[in-house]
Amino acid sequence: MMTDPVQPLAIALSRCGKTFADGTRALEPLDLEIKAGETVVFLGPSGCGKTTTLRIIAGLEDPDAGGRVLFDGVDVTAQPIEQRNVGMVFQSYALFPNMTVAENIGYGLRVRRAKKPAIAARVDEMLGMMRIEPLADRRIDQLSGGQRQRVALARALAVRPRALLLDEPLTALDAKLRDALRLEIDELLRRLGITAIYVTHDQAEAMALGDRIAVMDHGKMAQIGPPREIYRRPATRFVADFIGTMNRISGVARGGVFVTDAGAVPWLEAPPGTTEALFRPEDVTVVDEGQAHLKGSVVAAFFLGDRTRLFVKVDANKPLVVETDARRDYAHGETVGLRIDPRGLMAL
Amino acid sequence: MSRESARLFALLLPAGVFFLAFFLLPLARLFAIGGSGKEGFAAYAAIVSDANYFSSLMSTLALAAMTTITTLVISGISGVFLQRHKFPGNALLVSMLTFPLAFPGVVIGFMVIMLSGRQGLIGDIAMYLTGEKIVFAYSMAGLFMGYVYFSVPRTILTIMAAAEKLDPRIEEAARSLGASTWRVVFDVILPGLKPAFIAAGAICFATAMGAFGTAFTLATRINVLPMVIYTEFTLQANMAMAAALSFVLGAVTWLVLAIARTAAGSTVAAAG
Ligand SMILES: Nc1ncnc2c1ncn2[C@@H]1O[C@H](COP(=O)(O)OP(=O)(O)OP(=O)(O)O)[C@@H](O)[C@H]1O
Ligand SMILES: [Mg+2]
Repeated sequence: MMTDPVQPLAIALSRCGKTFADGTRALEPLDLEIKAGETVVFLGPSGCGKTTTLRIIAGLEDPDAGGRVLFDGVDVTAQPIEQRNVGMVFQSYALFPNMTVAENIGYGLRVRRAKKPAIAARVDEMLGMMRIEPLADRRIDQLSGGQRQRVALARALAVRPRALLLDEPLTALDAKLRDALRLEIDELLRRLGITAIYVTHDQAEAMALGDRIAVMDHGKMAQIGPPREIYRRPATRFVADFIGTMNRISGVARGGVFVTDAGAVPWLEAPPGTTEALFRPEDVTVVDEGQAHLKGSVVAAFFLGDRTRLFVKVDANKPLVVETDARRDYAHGETVGLRIDPRGLMAL
Repeated sequence: MSRESARLFALLLPAGVFFLAFFLLPLARLFAIGGSGKEGFAAYAAIVSDANYFSSLMSTLALAAMTTITTLVISGISGVFLQRHKFPGNALLVSMLTFPLAFPGVVIGFMVIMLSGRQGLIGDIAMYLTGEKIVFAYSMAGLFMGYVYFSVPRTILTIMAAAEKLDPRIEEAARSLGASTWRVVFDVILPGLKPAFIAAGAICFATAMGAFGTAFTLATRINVLPMVIYTEFTLQANMAMAAALSFVLGAVTWLVLAIARTAAGSTVAAAG
């Protein structure tokens, strides 16, 4: 399959804040560097400022005074979107309803006054790339959601943009299609080597697609890093709670052991003064009480097919979440022993 | 006939009777009266053969077409602007724009005279500035002005409602692909507003074709078809000719709207 040699774009935001006309402070001034060819995912709860940040990068929104947007080191803050040459893909597809699929895909080239044969060739190429050749002459209202999003991607990529900005492109699709298209987008972004920013509030999507994930909270960047780092070493309480499931248990670190009301866990690297230990469900195993670090009673057990999810009460805090194999049943109130892998322990 | 379609027929019957009694029968009667004069159904040919009637039909068509186009341009620009830019006083301005909705054509004609008649505001100002009086109330220009004034309030709300439904993301997508403001207007906004333009334009055109009050108030040198019908009916007492002209006025209006709708390739059912 044909691909284009793209020169990926490095994007930087410097002190970009955003206060809307009605006084809403959507974004605290933030700095962000996106390397050429990198895929960065903006992840965060609704209203945290993901779309706003993306729109500032695109040029659809001006940052507050003092904020600057740099493309390959060049200040483009004053440039309107039509001069920035960035591709955009929206959750609502935003296709032109008065044009066919082929006309949609060729629109950017037509605006640039490309020659007819050149447009036709490029449209064919994009139709092939997104595997939607048979749809070329369809009207937009004759397409399914997944097909529409493919057309939107083809339209954005047809003009060879310097970067691709996607705002929740899969949110409107059903789960199965979402998975399939996510794989496809992932493969596409890697093959094209294009710089991409991808907004989502779906963690699984973020983990799968991002070279780095930028977790946002209330208009601030809470943490930026590779998916593994975000998951394994959350920088803040918010990130720890937002990404995956996190258990917490209070106690004191004393001589290489973390002592809690429910038992002691060996933890050599515990930072001095730690009063709370954090760990993921997959770092806990259910063991005989003799080998257990902690003891607690089962308050709920959910059979998930391949595994069982247990909620175990060990102290006055929220019950711990434990994932165990599904070989046996657990009764409500049953006492179980838990063993924690010390490599999974975290402090904040 | 199956039971299902029999029931459907029974349900449709009242509507059918109503349609027959209040639409088809009067129309047929009108058509028949049109042919009841001395010349019989040749009266219908008079609209083309009689120079007076023909020129009046043509000027009515031209006036209605010009009014429709001008009104759509004004309502299109100001409707989209007022929908997009919320400034202090926006709501007041919109409600003021729709204020003349209640005015009958006679009042509009009266206002045109006050503005551009012999004692009109424009005349007085021109007199003061250049020493010459400008009077156009009693010409085609005066009538045109009155019709546009009459039509804008009737179309602007339709346009504003349609502009509100436009998806701003589509415009943003066009811009991201490099489209200038003008291209966005022509490629996204106008196509998006097309159904509203057709609906509003149809009402505007039909109203202008049949408008009477304004023409009646201003009538000195203008000869629009509704005025001719009125004259035939009351002054000449030529019932047959009046009926024939009325039928033709209706038929021509309907035909123009049908052609415009087909040309626009729209399925919008525009009210005639
Ligand atoms: N045009 C606007 N005027 C005023 N406030 C706005 C505007 N657009 C966004 N906001 C506010 O700015 C904040 C951030 O919005 P933004 O759309 O960036 O959130 P988001 O992270 O994309 O959320 P979601 O996941 O729901 O899309 C929100 O509080 C929102 O209400
Ligand atoms: Mg958003």
